[in-house]
Amino acid sequence: MSIELNPGIPEGPLSQKWDNYKANMKLVNPANKRKYSVIVVGTGLAGASAAASLAELGYEVKSFCTHDSARRAHSIAAQGGINAAKSYPNDGDSVWRLFYDTIKGGDYRAREANVYRLAQNSTSIIDQCVSQGVPFAREYSGELANRSFGGAQVSRTFYARGQTGQQLLLGAYSQLMKEVDKGKVTLFPYREMLDVVMVDGKARGIITRNVTTGEIERHAADAVVLATGGYGRVYFLSTNAMNSNVTAIWRAHRRGALFGNPCYVQIHPTCIPVSGNYQAKLTLMSESLRNDGRVWVPKKKEDCKKDPSSIPDEDRDYYLERKYPSFGNLAPRDISSRAAKEVCDEGRGVGESGLAVYLDFRDAIKRDGEAAIRERYGNLFDMYHEITNENPYRSPMRIYPAVHYTMGGLWVDYSLQTTLPGLFAAGEANFSDHGANRLGASALMQGLSDGYFILPYTVTNYLGTHAQDLLKKVDVNHAAFESAEKEVRAEIDRMLENGKKGKRTVTEIYRDLGKVVWDKIGMARSEQGLKEALAEIEKLQKDFDTDLLLTGDSKLNKNLEMAGRLRDLLELGALMARDALERKESCGGHFRVESQTPDGEAQRDDENFAHVAAWEYKGKGQVPVRHQEKLVYENVKLSVRSYK
Amino acid sequence: MMSASQSKTINIRLRVWRQESREAQGFFEEHELKGVLVDMSFLEMLDVLNEQIIKSGKRPLEFESDCREGICGTCSLVVQGQAHGPVRGATTCQLYMRTFTDGETITIEPWRAKAFPVIRDLVTDRRAFDRIQMAGGYTGAKTGPHADANAILIPKDLADRAMDAAACIGCGACVAACPNASASLFTSAKVTQLALLPQGQADRKRRVIRMVDQMDKEGFGSCSNLQECEAACPKKISIQNIAIMKQEYLKAALAADFRAGMGSADGGA
Ligand SMILES: Cc1cc2nc3c(=O)[nH]c(=O)nc-3n(C[C@H](O)[C@H](O)[C@H](O)COP(=O)(O)OP(=O)(O)OC[C@H]3O[C@@H](n4cnc5c(N)ncnc54)[C@H](O)[C@@H]3O)c2cc1C
Ligand code: SF4
Ligand code: FES
Repeated sequence: MSIELNPGIPEGPLSQKWDNYKANMKLVNPANKRKYSVIVVGTGLAGASAAASLAELGYEVKSFCTHDSARRAHSIAAQGGINAAKSYPNDGDSVWRLFYDTIKGGDYRAREANVYRLAQNSTSIIDQCVSQGVPFAREYSGELANRSFGGAQVSRTFYARGQTGQQLLLGAYSQLMKEVDKGKVTLFPYREMLDVVMVDGKARGIITRNVTTGEIERHAADAVVLATGGYGRVYFLSTNAMNSNVTAIWRAHRRGALFGNPCYVQIHPTCIPVSGNYQAKLTLMSESLRNDGRVWVPKKKEDCKKDPSSIPDEDRDYYLERKYPSFGNLAPRDISSRAAKEVCDEGRGVGESGLAVYLDFRDAIKRDGEAAIRERYGNLFDMYHEITNENPYRSPMRIYPAVHYTMGGLWVDYSLQTTLPGLFAAGEANFSDHGANRLGASALMQGLSDGYFILPYTVTNYLGTHAQDLLKKVDVNHAAFESAEKEVRAEIDRMLENGKKGKRTVTEIYRDLGKVVWDKIGMARSEQGLKEALAEIEKLQKDFDTDLLLTGDSKLNKNLEMAGRLRDLLELGALMARDALERKESCGGHFRVESQTPDGEAQRDDENFAHVAAWEYKGKGQVPVRHQEKLVYENVKLSVRSYK
Repeated sequence: MMSASQSKTINIRLRVWRQESREAQGFFEEHELKGVLVDMSFLEMLDVLNEQIIKSGKRPLEFESDCREGICGTCSLVVQGQAHGPVRGATTCQLYMRTFTDGETITIEPWRAKAFPVIRDLVTDRRAFDRIQMAGGYTGAKTGPHADANAILIPKDLADRAMDAAACIGCGACVAACPNASASLFTSAKVTQLALLPQGQADRKRRVIRMVDQMDKEGFGSCSNLQECEAACPKKISIQNIAIMKQEYLKAALAADFRAGMGSADGGA
């Protein structure tokens, strides 16, 4: 039985909804705050900012991450920047415009009220980060500098060289460490969360494994926040860090939290192409490069293997500028990626594999000088040089799309609460505000908005509302903890035991999964391909259950951790195929070949699909149930998303 | 057009450090790897090694990595006796096999420092860095709303210098490279960043005193200007930061108003 989900959007006009929420929320008085504890899993931008903010309010916070230190969360790798509607350049930006760009960029598949709140919060984020000593780039005037990103015609992106994520995370991390120092946050590093514990219908704790000792532990609290990042690693090859995974949110999903829009994945247009079958991860070249770099391929197939500098301008196809004259090289990611795939499919791709296009700085260097380009992108150019052994100041970069970000995640309502009471999800882990496609520099904004400015209110409201229940403390000897722990142990033992008999390593099965998902649930999806994907993933699941080769013990054993994650990713892959199959329209990053306009652009079907798909887990091997949240647009008109 | 070296391969011998646990005796284990593509990264080469070990039924080699693009500070190997290997200004994960020659024997060890005990094989416990950070590596600003970000102007060169210091990735190579296992470069990078910025002024003195004291407490050695740290640092953090930290420390320790403020939350100065 499918149900219609209620997002709990507050009353009032769009611009007043968040104020109305805050005006009507339940509070917890200052003296009572220390009686509540909150578990925050994950220490990326979303988790670290949430943990620090909740602690500062007075709650007892327990912060978990899989690394040795909170500072190593994957947010550290974000390069390009963070959006905010500050309108410092005076170029026509506003909260409304950021809201509108985000809704449109997401191809009208995000919730209006959430996106508006995000745009409102964006300006406070910058203020707060500056107060933490985040060294954003500045002009000679001493004012903050801005640049532009894809899908926007204003310059609203703040940055710290090519290390914006690092600096924002270190800012949030420093806030977190300040609270640790004050005794308000307890750190639990080296912990992998393996289950959520539900007591009387409320999330009251988690089960973790200490990855260095193998100990299984129980932790109780009054609310649980999952800020565990995205699941792009289902593709095996992605720009995500090696330890990014779906496990935390997948275990919550298995406990009953609905999973929203799993098939919405962002494939980033500018990554260093795959170059061998040993590769473990791909490297992003920041979108900011498209401010100065021009994307092209040869017009003629026979030119593809030639030295690019020998190809005259009239024989080059600057296809983004040609197809999308008003946005040009800054067309949004989904559109740019698909355009790259198209020209490569036509046989005009460059490089050994033919799976690459040029990103050329020749004209920018001629215009502004090499020094200026070095100042802007020096570290990215160095990175490119190191990896490919080629100098991008001399010859164009070769780039190709790669998996980068997942818009899907745990379904949450307006308060970021999942369908499990007391379980919240923030950052990339929730199904988020980006609809079917995220604009560049908006993930950092969303993570910090969730953590600094939303959860402190909504978690408080939850605790205040359920004070009577929650003040009756549960302890870790409760039967629910007992049985959750037992299940976790059994699963690990089973993997170690089965692993003695099989022949296929975790990496081998994982690579195969990645290939199926990339080929069939990647940039172009068809009914037939998706059905094949389901069958192939089922086969891989069988391999995992019966033919896994796993060595080592239950103490520090990366391969054992990976096995547990792969187990979850296999199930997730199947869910993504189902979700993509059911969504018979094209929208944003989800491109169904059956649903395109005559000129090959994505064809939405608003009549049948202007909704969020939220999936309910029904058990291993069982068919999950698809629920819907209708998306209501009161403020923007659904229109064809054109960047021409 | 892949780089010319694409299909080139080399054969190598590896001597890798194996250590069951913190208490156990460690030893070097030898392996041979044939047909290693020179365009492979060093860590991808270790992935290949691990597949080979697993297939032979043995326990895989434990080593840490995450971003594999030089920013998270997780990877941490001593390669050929050098923290992060022979290439300057790069992390272990940014090392490529084209750096090595056919037939070369490559020795791989963990960070070696009293304050970074080995957990297993090549994985060390670097949480001491967190505790240094905890002792004041932040501004006192609260979370929540603040004055407009452009309310305080910061000259570009100052912001740039703060950013140079803030680029530290907390990897610990400076400690591993230092004969005294000092954490001065790491600690001074944070002290300098915040001392340069207007936002770091309120708790400037308290910060440097507490962070330096914590560094000593963790068992890191003291700095005797050997400059090995700067040479090993993948982010080219300058030892000038250490000079600044020493000055800051001296000024703070001498400040008459400091002791009085030590106990209170907002510190002296
Ligand atoms: C290379 C790259 C560049 C990017 N550049 C930009 C950019 O310029 N601008 C932008 O806006 N966005 C960018 N993004 C996207 C953005 O960085 C991420 O979406 C965002 O940082 C995610 O933050 P998060 O807090 O949700 O999760 P993460 O930072 O991924 O943190 C996840 C945390 O959860 C922990 N964790 C995970 N699983 C478990 C578990 N089972 N148990 C315990 N802990 C767990 C991890 O240890 C970690 O602490 C980029 C992404 C990539 C990959
Ligand atoms: S100072 Fe350099 S070597 Fe030391 S931790 Fe920072 S980045 Fe690593
Ligand atoms: S793995 Fe992140 S710096 Fe090397």
